[in-house]
Amino acid sequence: MSHAHDQARFATAILDPEVPPPAGLAAPDGRPAGKRFDVYRNNVIVSLSEALKAGFPVICRLVGDEFFQAMAGIYVRAHLPKSPIMSQFGGEFPGFLAEFEPVAQLPYLPDIARLELALRQSYHAADAPPLAPETLQALPPETLLSARFAFAPAMRLLRSEWPVHAIWQANAQGGPAGSAGQQDGTGKPSGPEDVLICRPGFDPEPRLLPAGGAAFITAALAGNPLEAALDKATQEAGAFDLAATLGLLLAGGCLTRIIIKETQ
Amino acid sequence: MLDITKHPAPGLPDSPGVGYKPQHYADIMADPGPVGWLEIHAENYMGDGGRPLAQLHHLAERFPISVHGVGLSIGGEGPLDKAHLARLRHLCDWLKPASFSEHLAWSTHESAYLNDLIALPYTRATLTRVSDHISEVQDVLGRQMLLENPSSYLAFAESTMSETDFLAEVVQRTGCGLLLDVNNVFVSATNLATGPQDYIDAFPLEHVGEFHLGGHDEDHDDTGAPLLIDSHGCETADPVWALLDYTLARSGPRPTLIEWDNNVPEWPVLAAEAARAASRLARVAA
Repeated sequence: MSHAHDQARFATAILDPEVPPPAGLAAPDGRPAGKRFDVYRNNVIVSLSEALKAGFPVICRLVGDEFFQAMAGIYVRAHLPKSPIMSQFGGEFPGFLAEFEPVAQLPYLPDIARLELALRQSYHAADAPPLAPETLQALPPETLLSARFAFAPAMRLLRSEWPVHAIWQANAQGGPAGSAGQQDGTGKPSGPEDVLICRPGFDPEPRLLPAGGAAFITAALAGNPLEAALDKATQEAGAFDLAATLGLLLAGGCLTRIIIKETQ
Repeated sequence: MLDITKHPAPGLPDSPGVGYKPQHYADIMADPGPVGWLEIHAENYMGDGGRPLAQLHHLAERFPISVHGVGLSIGGEGPLDKAHLARLRHLCDWLKPASFSEHLAWSTHESAYLNDLIALPYTRATLTRVSDHISEVQDVLGRQMLLENPSSYLAFAESTMSETDFLAEVVQRTGCGLLLDVNNVFVSATNLATGPQDYIDAFPLEHVGEFHLGGHDEDHDDTGAPLLIDSHGCETADPVWALLDYTLARSGPRPTLIEWDNNVPEWPVLAAEAARAASRLARVAA
């Protein structure tokens, strides 16, 4: 038996139950490996499926445990982790869901998966002391308009065509399993939603952004001063509420520094 | 080879430790009971911040910490993942743990991580590869590491050395220490129809810096022969405690860890397992 590619054969047989275990592996009395090799197959697929489920609990709730397990088996074989850091596993899951035919009738799943990924990234992001709200309140309006902001590493922004915040909330904790939010014309959210993920302490929280909020944050994240970000937000939503958006950012610990332009 | 006079042996106390789970944080800080030290899986603490690192920082102020890697793939055919090794170094430099350990196993093939510890045949070729990888780890981390014996489910026809001879030779070549997982010894001996006490008799116990205990599941292979699976999902089995006693009588007390990674119980259950280990350690310390 060649030594050079033993582990390649081993890995192939672990991932594909149709491939027989590599030669040279045996039970102690010399019988073929049989079920003993299945221990590895089981450990790999089950542990990675469990890791995927731990990372996407709301997706699991939306599709049901049995369906999720079957789908996870397909995903993990096609997208093995590139790193042993399991908290990073599943980065390709939103794209997988977008292409996975059996969930085509749940078109919001990829964005829910993006939201769950963002929450996980936020949880592990670097700490940064938040800007005190008084710092902003103390500034004269002209200074504030020309100021730029630095944002917390734990902040994430998600824009979706779907009511992802409502769906996430209805399924994250305690809500009835499988609820896809209210899309029945009763006045409950049914359209696009923008979500701010902030981490005021150690626990990330998704917050629904008011109209124009995401445009404002996107522009400010790109390094634009407040006035230019405000323009972008008002172009998108005439009734943009700057105070409400700044309030969300401050309460969520999303702003870490204010960069004030030197006066000439 | 690492000059161990410049890198003192790991400093875990000869008391029970437990594999740390975040849900036990408040219990451990309030009353650790018989637990004298904690072990963490390195890969769970490779983020940039947040609660995991903050909790670890507080724990490290109170307890000696053992960093246990599960993803380095020391037995892999390919080169070690340099980026991962750098992350381990970063964690060890920050935490200054009392011990660092990894497994005699492989888990990564061509950058695909399989999330399991897979055994390898024991040959001159694998001995050289494993020894080279361990020397590289010790050079990068600037410290001695402990190497853990795996659980086996199958025999490799290719093997030309026993596992104990293989481990003894790795120690000779690299100056590393050993982590003896007593549950793995029992699991492998049952699965390979060998004697667990014979394994302990042949093991270079003078190089052991830590013992592991943990639960296993019982199954059967295609012919009905017992097949034990290293699951870390329940209490340590009675024959494994007996094997620990057999080992302790020969080695004297060493840092002894309770591993419980799946179906993690409430803190009192884990503390009771640690108390069981404490009474056995006390018996041989007297």
